[in-house]
Amino acid sequence: MTADAGQTGLGHAEAGRAAPNTAAPIAKAPLLSPALRRRLSAIGWGLVSLSLFAGLWEALWFFGMLNPLLLPPPHLFLSDIPGTLKFFDRSNRIGSVASGVGVWPLLFTMGSTTLRVLVGLTLGFTCGVAVGAAIHYVKLLRNLLLPTILLLAPISPVAWLPVAIFVFGIGDVPAIFLVFITVFFAIVLSTGAQIESVPKNYIHVARIMGASQRQTFWKVILPAILPSLFMTLRLNLFAAWMVVLIAETVGVGTGLGQITSMARSTFNAKLVFFTMAIIGLLGFLSDFALRQVQHKMLWWVAPNQGAAR
Amino acid sequence: MSRPAVSIQSVSKRWTPEGRAPVHALEDLSFDVAPGEFIVLLGPSGCGKSTLLYMIAGLEDVSGGTIACDGEPVTEPSAERGLIFQEASLFPWLTIADNVAFGLAVQHVQPVKRREIAVETLKRVGLGDMLDKKPDELSGGMRQRAACARALAMRPKVLMMDEPFAALDVQTRARMQDFLLQIWRDSGASILLVTHSIDEAISLADRVVVFTSRPGRVKTIVPIDLPRPRESRDPRYHAYRDMFTELLADEVDRAFAEQEAV
Repeated sequence: MTADAGQTGLGHAEAGRAAPNTAAPIAKAPLLSPALRRRLSAIGWGLVSLSLFAGLWEALWFFGMLNPLLLPPPHLFLSDIPGTLKFFDRSNRIGSVASGVGVWPLLFTMGSTTLRVLVGLTLGFTCGVAVGAAIHYVKLLRNLLLPTILLLAPISPVAWLPVAIFVFGIGDVPAIFLVFITVFFAIVLSTGAQIESVPKNYIHVARIMGASQRQTFWKVILPAILPSLFMTLRLNLFAAWMVVLIAETVGVGTGLGQITSMARSTFNAKLVFFTMAIIGLLGFLSDFALRQVQHKMLWWVAPNQGAAR
Repeated sequence: MSRPAVSIQSVSKRWTPEGRAPVHALEDLSFDVAPGEFIVLLGPSGCGKSTLLYMIAGLEDVSGGTIACDGEPVTEPSAERGLIFQEASLFPWLTIADNVAFGLAVQHVQPVKRREIAVETLKRVGLGDMLDKKPDELSGGMRQRAACARALAMRPKVLMMDEPFAALDVQTRARMQDFLLQIWRDSGASILLVTHSIDEAISLADRVVVFTSRPGRVKTIVPIDLPRPRESRDPRYHAYRDMFTELLADEVDRAFAEQEAV
């Protein structure tokens, strides 16, 4: 997935430059631009891979090697969508079934989970950079905070769940808090390390040009470390998706995690797999979206190259 | 002659790396640089010539002695004393024009004016059509010219270069030397260039300051009395080359002997 993005990203840049050379006198102009061809081939292979997986699953079912009640193959859990959608209820009660049928409750559920991830990531990233920079620059803060942070960082976000519920009660906040915790410590520690590794000459240039400390931070240090921090954020995105579901299972009345939990307790395997498919899709889309943001905001870095240079 | 552009008076530099023996980098160094003069600092590697540039730039403190520019003691960095490194060190997140305008932006020059100066400076270094390119779209030589433009945009009185062409291939290097002489002529700045290439020293310098091995001292100062452009076929050029080779060989031998003794 990531590698494809790298190729398509490069393809854009090369398309313009390479054009005069590839316009060889022999052949007529190719039907598709190289970039488009690469993208199509990526999509094609994606479909092949997915069909192979689903095909295997279906075959096992077909030959009676799978119990459809426990592991219903895709055609079963995707066939009765209206029936499945009934379970996506907006009334916020565990186990409740919607009276009407529609996609809105589903979208609402997907939206609330996604929003929790998004808010948690944004908060975790900004606070992480701020705290990381403060720790790096202010010696007193470093001495006061760093030991505690190093002790807290390895604690699994899931272990924070009871704390989150004690402090914030049931609702959106504990879920957001867990996502926050997932990225916060990683970003704090990474910020310090990245500031350390900004090339000395960048700082020298800034000092010679008469930049103040503040200007040096905003105009030189921050852009230099942002690509690596964004990479850290992306690496922690999937972890964020994991913890948000756990939080929803336990501490929030809505969201995809709650649906899976309810499906488990009501032994509804179709609903489990349907929700899993949705979760997979959302995780994939959010990584894709993050890559697009990276591409727009950090235009000077090739998509897969996070290191500051 | 008027007041020296840079005056170095019995400067020394010592420091103690963590957990190791103190390093004695420079010892009792004195010489003056006249306004508009081209000085090349030549010496074995590790003799502290780069350290001297960093101290003149104000990025490092002297341990003893004084450095004054235009009569003012150096206490902190200033854009009047530009420094160019072996790596161009352009910011990859800025276009070439924005890189060149960086110093002006820091000093709150209006955007329109900034762009104007950047464009004009880039034209002077022959990069007029590279304004909106990314640094990594440029070749090594072009990047180094952009780094020159970034320093020149601040109208420096002194331009210091720390082995600026060492990372370039031989052909590019020769062309960059011609380019540098042209920049030097029309900017009127004094240039201090660090190198360990004897040919580079002879082709460029008004005067060559030869350093001893560590601790670096001034071994001798040699004025290059040849008309520019300098021909490497000229017998006088050869005489200079033989002389510098001999001067440096002594120092390298001494450095080796010391390393073996340790």
